[in-house]
Amino acid sequence: MTRKIEFSASHRYDNPAFSAEENRRVFGKCNNPHGHGHNYTLEVTVAGEPDPVTGMVLDLSELKKILEREVMARMDHRHLNLEVPELAGKIPTCENVARVIWDLLEPKITQGALHRVRLYESADLFADCYRDGTNGNGLARGPRG
Amino acid sequence: MRATGELKIELGRRYRFAAAHRLHSAGLSDAENSRLYGKCNNPLGHGHNYVVEISVSGNVDPATGMIANLADLDGFVQSEVLDAFDHRSLNDEVPAFRDEVPTTENLCIEIFRRVRAFPLAKLERVRVEETANNSFEYAGD
Repeated sequence: MTRKIEFSASHRYDNPAFSAEENRRVFGKCNNPHGHGHNYTLEVTVAGEPDPVTGMVLDLSELKKILEREVMARMDHRHLNLEVPELAGKIPTCENVARVIWDLLEPKITQGALHRVRLYESADLFADCYRDGTNGNGLARGPRG
Repeated sequence: MRATGELKIELGRRYRFAAAHRLHSAGLSDAENSRLYGKCNNPLGHGHNYVVEISVSGNVDPATGMIANLADLDGFVQSEVLDAFDHRSLNDEVPAFRDEVPTTENLCIEIFRRVRAFPLAKLERVRVEETANNSFEYAGD
């Protein structure tokens, strides 16, 4: 099952170990000291066997609550560099934000298992996070695959 | 229940190009080609707005937060794929399609072959949308 949510946040790419010139060269426009922002789209996929009684892998309202608490409350309308402690000291690229979201969600999903996090920074740029061997990024295998 | 494999991160990037093609196999008669490919066998060709989705994986460099610098990936795909395919006839102007039928299956394989040479990350998969309703994927052998 996959749930999609959207949030908006600002960020800036800057490595304090680089010179100003190096930061501009490596990160281009994303190095603007005033920051910039995106409308992010997050797709969270949970895989597992449907509960024989409810027919659900995980109650969707439970997943919505987890996403609200772990992602929306932390990141929506925030500055990712300055207001999200999990990203402190990291460049808030799509890859790193997806990884942080994975780390936040994986322990919270106790029915089924987190299968894939896909974070779109724009319609044409996204990062996927999944565990090797789960075929997280291909067609689904059988439930025990 | 929880998988224990190593965490993998991929970067996905979408590109667009427009090109003409004609589906026609030299191994079939004209009548067979017409029956098999239908409208796509029109001798004068036709075209599509293609979307190419490239997925690469690798270690996220802690200094940049990136698997590969987007500018490098964009530049590589531009010179190796988009410059060669955009606003061209796939049959007449892409050498691979002189002998092969430029179906989107074969297009995926040809784009994979070209982007696999990207030196800064591992190419995982190429997905091509021929139209919003038809897409094809190739992940190598």
